[in-house]
Amino acid sequence: MGGIFTVDFTTALLFGAVTAGVPLLLAGLGEQISEKTGVLNIGIEGMMLAGAYLGFVAAYDSGSFWLGYLGGAGGGILVALLMMVFCVWLGMNQIVIGIALTLGTQGLTALLHHFQFSRTYPRLGEVPTLPIPLLDDVPVLGESFFDRHPLVYLVVALVFVLGWVFRRTNIGLNLQAAGDNPAALDATGVSVYVTRSSAVLATGALAGIGGAYLANVGAGLFVPFMTNGAGFIGIVLAMLARGNPLWVLFGAFLFGVSLALTTALQVGGLNIPTDVVQMLPFVMVIVVLTVFARHSYLPPALGQPYVRGER
Amino acid sequence: MTAEAQQDVNVTAGGGPRRSAWRDATTTALRVLLPVLLALLAGALIILALGKDPLTYYEYVVQRGLLSPTGFQATVTRTAPLLLIAAGLIVAFRAGIWNLGVDGQFLLAAVVVAALAPELIVFLPRWLTVLLCFVAGALVGAIWSLLPAFLKARHGVNEIITTLMMSFLGISLANVLVKIPFNDPTTTVPQTATLPVADRLPRLFDTTVHAGVILALVVVLLVHLMMTRTAFGLKLQIVGANPRAALHAGLNITGLTFATFALSAGLTGLGGAVEILGVWGTVRADWNPAYGLLVIPLVFLARFNGIAVIGFVLFFAVLMIGGESAARRLDVPHFFVLVLVALLLMFLAVVEYLDHRRRQSRVD
Repeated sequence: MGGIFTVDFTTALLFGAVTAGVPLLLAGLGEQISEKTGVLNIGIEGMMLAGAYLGFVAAYDSGSFWLGYLGGAGGGILVALLMMVFCVWLGMNQIVIGIALTLGTQGLTALLHHFQFSRTYPRLGEVPTLPIPLLDDVPVLGESFFDRHPLVYLVVALVFVLGWVFRRTNIGLNLQAAGDNPAALDATGVSVYVTRSSAVLATGALAGIGGAYLANVGAGLFVPFMTNGAGFIGIVLAMLARGNPLWVLFGAFLFGVSLALTTALQVGGLNIPTDVVQMLPFVMVIVVLTVFARHSYLPPALGQPYVRGER
Repeated sequence: MTAEAQQDVNVTAGGGPRRSAWRDATTTALRVLLPVLLALLAGALIILALGKDPLTYYEYVVQRGLLSPTGFQATVTRTAPLLLIAAGLIVAFRAGIWNLGVDGQFLLAAVVVAALAPELIVFLPRWLTVLLCFVAGALVGAIWSLLPAFLKARHGVNEIITTLMMSFLGISLANVLVKIPFNDPTTTVPQTATLPVADRLPRLFDTTVHAGVILALVVVLLVHLMMTRTAFGLKLQIVGANPRAALHAGLNITGLTFATFALSAGLTGLGGAVEILGVWGTVRADWNPAYGLLVIPLVFLARFNGIAVIGFVLFFAVLMIGGESAARRLDVPHFFVLVLVALLLMFLAVVEYLDHRRRQSRVD
């Protein structure tokens, strides 16, 4: 093994890990917010995909990566709005609606892509970066962590902001209560519906931006079905993080590494079939789920619609 | 989670002595047909928005999927895997378990059967090969659900996530198996060795429909009887409706959870075996029909009823086969079927919600 950890290999691995990890991080953080309030958001895969499509179209038409993220957030929110109406307001089964939204988005984005681009797959240009002075010159680490699109820094900052919001603010307390004991939250005069609705919309926005990053930065283009379970991995991250955004960051990086291994191994000159390497992230998820099974935590009211005055 | 749906099933099945049977039947028909009609209508609007003529599309789908003899035979053939998956989902959903890993279970079973069948047929008679392949397919499916079953039974880990993840892993693994150990070196495209047409499942009469369809029909009816008429089925339903009550009743929840997963995934695996032995005879690299999530709405529409699901599966097979033809002819990609399924699920939920409200207001 000692031979393959060259500078090129390690750089490719870390660089790829960040690229692959950012969408997972966004999805995981988004899902964490939803799950805290008791909404199991299976539709997050669809929100990511909608974000990937609209984010790509926005960036492609405008030439701006920032507008791409905005479009991504919009796409995610569009799907989240449906989730909000059906699951939070009308109290329908979150899993059934989640599956419906994922399937529907898969079909719709593939259709739209077909009619808009026919069979061509146009690519975006190079990603503009914001190098952080001095740090970006550090060998290996500099290129991977400190010479990225500004969004990457913002997302990492978001981890800490969310940690603060969850622990130190009333908003965090309300979110937690909506998932642990919605009736108690209602009794204190805070609307469970408003709390959960905002959480679902926030999830949509974050997942959508994650999808846009996946398409615009990760791949440089949109391919139908391209999220390929990234949203579901976000759910796993949220499940294992026990409400702590820092664990989502750690997990997303870890899964990012396993996703990046495909390209890194090729750079390292090791010839393992890509199909085998592509199994790695999922093997990793399964192993982590098995080892930490007892530590996964979900709020008591998760998946339960809240109906006022009903016991 | 499915407890509510369970009650609905009981309400429709049991009815009430005060309500007339006729009225019950109309309500049921309305609750079933309304989501279908609304989904088709909304789908038409989407086709219109894409600049195509929805009437031409639906007409073509019905023509190709139902009315033309070859199309109808293809439709009936397609019901075999769908029915077996539906049977597996009915077991799981009635027992309150979300087996969302159907695609991985189906595909792995299909690949193993595709590799096994051409080897066995060399020295075994056809009936024995088929039988062994059915067993192998069911076993592979069941094995692939062992870990989620264990995590659910022992640690209470949510099976939605574990089955989904196992499904993604299974799909990749199936691909690796096709490309490396099971690859037939004589073909240019990576694929398993092909089972000769003469050695596949026998055809029915003079049609292209294979005997697996009969098997699937029998299995789905047996599953229905098992879930509704046997003590074992009742036990599963109790665990699904109220695990705590099941515990107090002295039921072996761990054992029943494992049994549910094994049965559900085993039936799905059998579906994979039937599809290979009946239709394809081989698995090509990157082949993944992804029937799994598509069957879920049908099972919900049928309210977990094994008899009703036959009708919905047939309806859906018409859409699929017709949609595949329409994709080539009318340039509406078959992804449209995914959109229809999603619409179907959503309108089903809406109609269910309205019905629930209506019944509640009557109680009040």
